[in-house]
Amino acid sequence: MPDKPMIAIEGVNKFYGIYKALDNVSLDIAAGEFFSLLGPSGCGKTTLLRSIAGFDTPTEGDIRIDGQSVIGVPPNRRPTNMVFQNYAIFPHLNVEENVAYGLKRLKLDAAEERRRVAAALEQVRLGHLGKRRAHELSGGQRQRVALARALVMRPKVLLLDEPLSALDKKLREEMQVELRTLQRAVGITFILVTHDQYEALALSDRIAVMFGGQIAQVATPKEIYQRPNTRQVADFLGGMNFMKARVTNETATRISVETPRFGGVTVDKPLGFVARNGAATIGIRPERLRVLWDDAHSDFEVAGKVVDRHYFGEITHLIVDIPGLEQPLSVSETNNFGADDIPVGDTVRLAYDPDALVAVAD
Amino acid sequence: MSGRHGIPKSRWLPAYVGLYLLFLYFPILLLPIFSFNNASTTTFPLAGFTTKWYASLWGNSAMLEAARNSLIVGISVALLSTILGICAARALTRYRFRGKKPATGLIMAPLFLPEIIVAVSLLMVLLQLGLELSLVTVILGQVIFCLPYAMSVLISGFDGFDRSLEEASLDLGETAIGTFRRVTLPVVAPAIVSSLLVSFTVSLDEFILAFFLSGTEPTLPVYIWGQLRFAAKLPGVLALGSLMLLISILLLTLSEIIRRRAEHRLRAQGAQHA
Ligand SMILES: Nc1ncnc2c1ncn2[C@@H]1O[C@H](COP(=O)(O)OP(=O)(O)OP(=O)(O)O)[C@@H](O)[C@H]1O
Ligand SMILES: [Mg+2]
Repeated sequence: MPDKPMIAIEGVNKFYGIYKALDNVSLDIAAGEFFSLLGPSGCGKTTLLRSIAGFDTPTEGDIRIDGQSVIGVPPNRRPTNMVFQNYAIFPHLNVEENVAYGLKRLKLDAAEERRRVAAALEQVRLGHLGKRRAHELSGGQRQRVALARALVMRPKVLLLDEPLSALDKKLREEMQVELRTLQRAVGITFILVTHDQYEALALSDRIAVMFGGQIAQVATPKEIYQRPNTRQVADFLGGMNFMKARVTNETATRISVETPRFGGVTVDKPLGFVARNGAATIGIRPERLRVLWDDAHSDFEVAGKVVDRHYFGEITHLIVDIPGLEQPLSVSETNNFGADDIPVGDTVRLAYDPDALVAVAD
Repeated sequence: MSGRHGIPKSRWLPAYVGLYLLFLYFPILLLPIFSFNNASTTTFPLAGFTTKWYASLWGNSAMLEAARNSLIVGISVALLSTILGICAARALTRYRFRGKKPATGLIMAPLFLPEIIVAVSLLMVLLQLGLELSLVTVILGQVIFCLPYAMSVLISGFDGFDRSLEEASLDLGETAIGTFRRVTLPVVAPAIVSSLLVSFTVSLDEFILAFFLSGTEPTLPVYIWGQLRFAAKLPGVLALGSLMLLISILLLTLSEIIRRRAEHRLRAQGAQHA
């Protein structure tokens, strides 16, 4: 973490009546970072974003933007701009007027204003639609107008509340690439709210995963995927096979466990880990299990019977019942070698890398 | 199986609709026809075309006085009901509060109450309070009566108003007052204009309250009522009535056009992320 964060959130609580929408949230976001808030519906992502923008006021705690506390500062005097979930394009203005809306307050000379509006529209590739009204635009175009309207203000921080969730899958994927490219080009700090884990993984420098108003983990996409702190985080990001394992040794940073079928391993201790009755929860991602074909062998393998099979085009999910495990394993195998042809009822051998096993807090 | 095709269309339906419309509009159509008829009685056959009845209106100072009264009342009522309606409609569409349903019901109730009862009760109250009957009392009475009309137009306009538009404006650096002027007002302006036109029209045509509360200053409908006693004045009344009819239709059409265009704009916007 760089020493001077662009956004510093400290011990923020937000109550709606007795309902705690934000629970002791602390977070530092660096300048120029593409940061995502990821979590299920209702976990408080929007509330946190709106608190940064100034539309919601934390009940307790402090928010600093570029070193300045913004508690009590109204939205119109914060160096942030927001892209709203429904885009909130002004219906009585055309595209250019929408983009120029905020600039009008700055009293620029007319030529300068026109230049900045044109540049912003060019940036989002809408140069040719300047005279259109909001209702004459497609969803993707509206999203771009909202982006241009915010970026033209040159904010220190751009806040985006699920900007892509209203778009169809293909357009959404296109816009994800554009968003990332745009962020690199302008170098502004982006905070993106999303409940789509792939979006967060693909776009972000770092991700904060939230549940029930609390931040469960903050890390880079790779870290958060490979080393999820808690069972909930692991499950929310892509799914994981869990098993109970007996703790044989515990140090400050590592724990050793004896698993039911995966032997004895020593793994990193997750933050907030406590052994319950001497047991730990160990997990392995479905794609870290590989089917062993014919007489191939591995030093680390388990065997079991295929009880179900789900076809997904390029991959197949096999549900494999391993004797001695409480739950069958979910295995994600590419179809290059014929995983989609393995009959239900067959016995398969699965290879794994012991490094792929992780401990998670419950 | 008629279920699959819905209710079978009756051959009699077009005939029924035709008769219904005739019954509804034929008497009204007679009004302009006789107002151009060169005779002082309203009987067929027509006696030739004339505009003299219209011309005679200009010289009629009592009529002009009543028209002026109607204009004063209409404009005041339109402004007052619309301003009150804006406050109420904004509260009803934006906030949740206790007693919202009953409050809405009570505001809308004058639409369904017998107007003559409302008029009599208002008269009693005003007399108890010792207030002189004047245009002011007509205005007060009609505001109560016009408010539901203004409200229903305004509520449908404000319902389409997306709160995040105001937030977006604040977010872009505009002040609260600036936001009201640059976003809120323009977006709901069609509903406001529509409400003004509708209230004005309802007030212009309203008779019972005006009759009870106007004292010695008649509005146009009250003036017309007074004239009906004199057979000779009938053609003039017909001309006046035709003019009022025309104005009412024009205003209501205008208001409906404005309302529809605004609704289309908002609907198209909402459809994208519905
Ligand atoms: N104005 C409010 N009054 C009362 N409760 C609220 C209010 N706004 C939000 N909440 C509650 O706070 C919680 C967090 O809401 P928030 O909108 O931040 O969730 P979210 O993570 O953005 O969810 P989503 O993905 O569905 O948008 C929710 O349980 C919600 O019901
Ligand atoms: Mg949200």
